[in-house]
Amino acid sequence: MNSYILKRLLSAVPVLLGITLVVFLIMSLIPGDPATAILGSYATAENVERLNRQLGLDRSLPEQYVIWLTNMLQGDFGRSFSLNRPVLDEVLDRFGATLILAGVSLVLCSIFGVVAGVISAARQYGLADKAITFAVLIGISIPSFFLGMMMILLFAIQLRWLPVSGMYSIYGGGDLPDLLRHLAMPALALSVVATGVIARLSRSAMLEVLRQDFVRTARAKGVPERRVIWRHALKAAMVSIIPVIGVQAGFVLSGAVYIEMVFQWPGVGRMLVEAILRRDLLLVQGGVVIVAACYVLFNLIVDVAQSLLDPRVKT
Amino acid sequence: MASMNRSQWGLAALAGALAWNFAGTTAEAQTPPGVLIVGQIAEPQSLDPHAVTAVNDFRILMNVYDGLVRYADGTLEVEPALASDWEISGDGLTYTFNLREGVQFHDGSDFDAESVVFNFERMLDEAHPYHDTGPFPLSFFFSAIEEVEALDSHTVEFTLNEPFAPFLSNLAYPTGLIASPAAIQEHGGDFGRNPSGTGAFRFEEWQSNTRVVVTRNADYWDGAPELEAVVFRPITDANTRVAEMLSGGIDVMVEVPPTSLNQFEGPGFTVHEQAGPHLWFLILNAKEGPFADKRVRQAANYAIDKRALVEDVLEGTATIAAGPTPAAFSWAYNEDLEPYPHDPERARKLLAEAGVEDAELTFLVTEGGSGMLDPIPMGTAIQSDLEAVGFNVRIETYEWNSFLGIVNPGLEGKGDMAQMSWMTNDPDTLPFLALRTEAFPEQGGFNSGYYSNPEVDELLEAARAATDQEERARLYKEMQEIVQEDAPWVFVANWKQNAVTSDRVKDFTLQPSFFLLLHDTVKN
Repeated sequence: MNSYILKRLLSAVPVLLGITLVVFLIMSLIPGDPATAILGSYATAENVERLNRQLGLDRSLPEQYVIWLTNMLQGDFGRSFSLNRPVLDEVLDRFGATLILAGVSLVLCSIFGVVAGVISAARQYGLADKAITFAVLIGISIPSFFLGMMMILLFAIQLRWLPVSGMYSIYGGGDLPDLLRHLAMPALALSVVATGVIARLSRSAMLEVLRQDFVRTARAKGVPERRVIWRHALKAAMVSIIPVIGVQAGFVLSGAVYIEMVFQWPGVGRMLVEAILRRDLLLVQGGVVIVAACYVLFNLIVDVAQSLLDPRVKT
Repeated sequence: MASMNRSQWGLAALAGALAWNFAGTTAEAQTPPGVLIVGQIAEPQSLDPHAVTAVNDFRILMNVYDGLVRYADGTLEVEPALASDWEISGDGLTYTFNLREGVQFHDGSDFDAESVVFNFERMLDEAHPYHDTGPFPLSFFFSAIEEVEALDSHTVEFTLNEPFAPFLSNLAYPTGLIASPAAIQEHGGDFGRNPSGTGAFRFEEWQSNTRVVVTRNADYWDGAPELEAVVFRPITDANTRVAEMLSGGIDVMVEVPPTSLNQFEGPGFTVHEQAGPHLWFLILNAKEGPFADKRVRQAANYAIDKRALVEDVLEGTATIAAGPTPAAFSWAYNEDLEPYPHDPERARKLLAEAGVEDAELTFLVTEGGSGMLDPIPMGTAIQSDLEAVGFNVRIETYEWNSFLGIVNPGLEGKGDMAQMSWMTNDPDTLPFLALRTEAFPEQGGFNSGYYSNPEVDELLEAARAATDQEERARLYKEMQEIVQEDAPWVFVANWKQNAVTSDRVKDFTLQPSFFLLLHDTVKN
């Protein structure tokens, strides 16, 4: 097992290196440069050149890339010029917010998705199955940012139950209930699509398992139906559900970008969008690399979990 | 009742927790009186006045710092601030300021002539020990300064390398605000997050992406402000900003999207509007293609229905522009100038005279950007107006920074016309940087359409050297007439800055400078 983990970690190195190169190239290739973004209307050639010199952007591209990479390997991600602070500080500050949002969403969509899928499968073609399938179809089809805006209209403006945006109250607050009130809408909105996907795949995984011999045996032995489904069958189905949840984690993380914009959640996604618009190269590059590293790590955890659950998966 | 199993208990507990949560907050937390919550459009870059360029940051800065001079309430004319008075030498090269005595920075250090010298040398002198706390992107506002010298503890003298009439209004701009040298020495490159000035509010806290808090400066030289504190909240998404305003999460909202204004018409809200020194225009490529002919450029000005743009597309959030100088510069604006009327007949006639038929135009449009208002709907409306008089218009759309990267180096080989907007603080700035022959892109200017008229060049040079305001006004007014006739641009709109306040906010006014001054504002 340890050698498997080590092997996987080593294989992540070229992946991450590739990511640094791709991000760096994309950021260098898109038209518009940081100096122009900063100077706006005042971006004369002369002013741009002066500012580029101060920002260290007058060097050649390979030179910039090598400097960035070597600094990063030493833990120095550089300084964001649009926020005037070290990139690492900013990313770490905001990573927590994204983890809370994405983590809670992932928990929500896993629970709701699996439960809906199992119920659907257990009552195949029944009323519950049809209702869930219909709800899932709608859930998958609604863009999350649209759902988010509609939720704001209803719960924050009409009913005034929940705050519109942010992570904590701007005045007072700051405790757990305050966080939960701010988290409710974005976490729900973010989990809806993933819930639908997980529900669909859980349903088919369960249907497949329910047809197998050991289920028939369990039923024949007189095990109560509820126990057959939630203990015996679900455990076997989890082997194919967990990788789906793993993939959904990636979607939840990228979906967080929209949701963080709509609900002004102070996370990494919103940071990246704003950094791209400001052409804050170091912040975009550093942010993407750190998020990618987390994603790679998370995939590794999912794979390890799967191999623990299912001895047939080779480690 | 059948006993609940574990998962049912779990659900019940969850539902209970949620219900408790909601019950505790039937009315969303009311913000306290005396504390004004301002919805900003973005996170500030920095609170170092010399390091920033965005109007969004200026809104905070103008309340934390003072300059030597400032714009008088409701105008773009300069009045004393940290300088109580000043003298300008006859040749326009020496400015001597007498400074206010007994003023202290928020960190307790004294404001004096040496602190003024420190501020300008930090920006302009590459050898200054704190020059590396930059970059200072707008330092060229003061590139005319040859030397700054403290004559005594409260007299400071600026020597310029050439007569430069916009000098005083540049001092009133945020780049001219005076920061505490002691705080810069203490915090170095992090001064932007630990600002200290002499303004009506002192900096309290900056929580990244959540809030910037400033509190009342009870010792303010111009009288303590009414508010106890101001909280600036960055809310980048316009829809979310509107929702926060509707739900009472913020007290003031700036830059309300035109289409959202009607949501604030009812009781409970006040909409404020103020025309500013902003111009939205189309740059026409006068070097090549159909617009090389003045008659075709005039035809474009006649063909476009500016009233429809301003009233229908922008929902009345802008006024029609007559020429290159916004009316907000009241002293320099030529009142006699009438905007080109919407006259498609006349446009067709001019095109026929010029022998232009079915001309193909490439029109560069941006998705959005500082001061660009609603560029895509405006672009399509303009396209159909031009097609109605016989042009064939092809639109190319770019993201803002990409757009600037394409348009600023000049339109040659790229397009016949491009959208653009400018917000300036002096009538000199825009025409000097974008209409002179010496301002062609290859010479580092913004004359992306290659307009050239020696008469205009001369007038602009002369206006810059004149220190007498009336003389400057006369020169600018003459320039506006010529430029309007030459039509290097299609003059479209002057944006009215807007804001919404809740009915708890009193004595709130918008300034033509687009700065947000909260000294007199009250919140109940």
